[in-house]
Amino acid sequence: MITDFLTQPMPWYIAGPLIGLMLPLLLVIANKTFGISSSFRHACASLIPSAKKFSYFNYDWRKQGGWNLKFAAGVIIGGLGAAFFIPEGYEVAISKSTQATLSNMGIQDFSGLMPAELFSWSGLLSIPGFVLMILGGFMVGFGARYAGGCTSGHAITGLATLQKASLIAVIGFFIGGIITSYFLLPNLLG
Amino acid sequence: MKYLFFGTFFGFVLVKSEVVSWFRIQEMFYFDSFHMYGIIGSAIVTGLLTTLIIKKWRLKDVNGNEISIKEKDNSVTKRYIIGGAIFGLGWGLTGACPGPMYALIGSGYLIIIVPLLSAIIGAFAYGALQQKLPH
Repeated sequence: MITDFLTQPMPWYIAGPLIGLMLPLLLVIANKTFGISSSFRHACASLIPSAKKFSYFNYDWRKQGGWNLKFAAGVIIGGLGAAFFIPEGYEVAISKSTQATLSNMGIQDFSGLMPAELFSWSGLLSIPGFVLMILGGFMVGFGARYAGGCTSGHAITGLATLQKASLIAVIGFFIGGIITSYFLLPNLLG
Repeated sequence: MKYLFFGTFFGFVLVKSEVVSWFRIQEMFYFDSFHMYGIIGSAIVTGLLTTLIIKKWRLKDVNGNEISIKEKDNSVTKRYIIGGAIFGLGWGLTGACPGPMYALIGSGYLIIIVPLLSAIIGAFAYGALQQKLPH
């Protein structure tokens, strides 16, 4: 039973409440507001010496952001732990309709958590690989900091605390995501 | 230590529930499955109910301090819609928002170091251009 729980994908009605619990747990135990994309800002402030000349990075990152960097390090460890329970030949059970749409764009390998044919080191030199990994990553960091939060800070913390800013941000997330899925990907992957 | 522990728990759930999967993110944006909406929706409801209790009972943190939830700046809108849309484009392309990027690297998808570094550079670009951007 417990091994089933660990090797099977976690259903939404268990994962969602567990993720939602991060918010009160961090508040009660540490008085911190749940969110993770500020770690990008703290990473810049701590790793890039010249960043200090911009006011956005001119603050005490250890004091304000030390906790968030430790939290992010924990997420890496959690990913490592979860990987032990991913069975051989694992495939994400996505809907037939999505699978058909992606197949039409030429994706053949549905094993693992992402399409291996697109997300690879050699793929970085191709146009789709560059756009998916380098441009996509850049927009995640730029957009999250521009909007002042990502899925955790806005979609979960912000909506759970009924903030108008977060509702607008989440609408923005979906505008961008829908443009990607319906327009960018079909043109990029063919 | 406690932050490392919370992060570990969060990362574990992100991977086990497939929130970190590029396939799941595409499925969400094609509105083909309830999975991601169920996760985000029930996370919001859990957060909403628990923070209501915290506020109503004026709970203190474990050190006895008043609990303060950081508020977003609700007086402006441009940064949320523009920044949000840019984030959404990136989320759709990489199939990973910031939490999942870290988790995937831990799970052995080392290629995700590339989008993570790119995201940190993106955050740097925002910080450098902040004064020039509409908020």
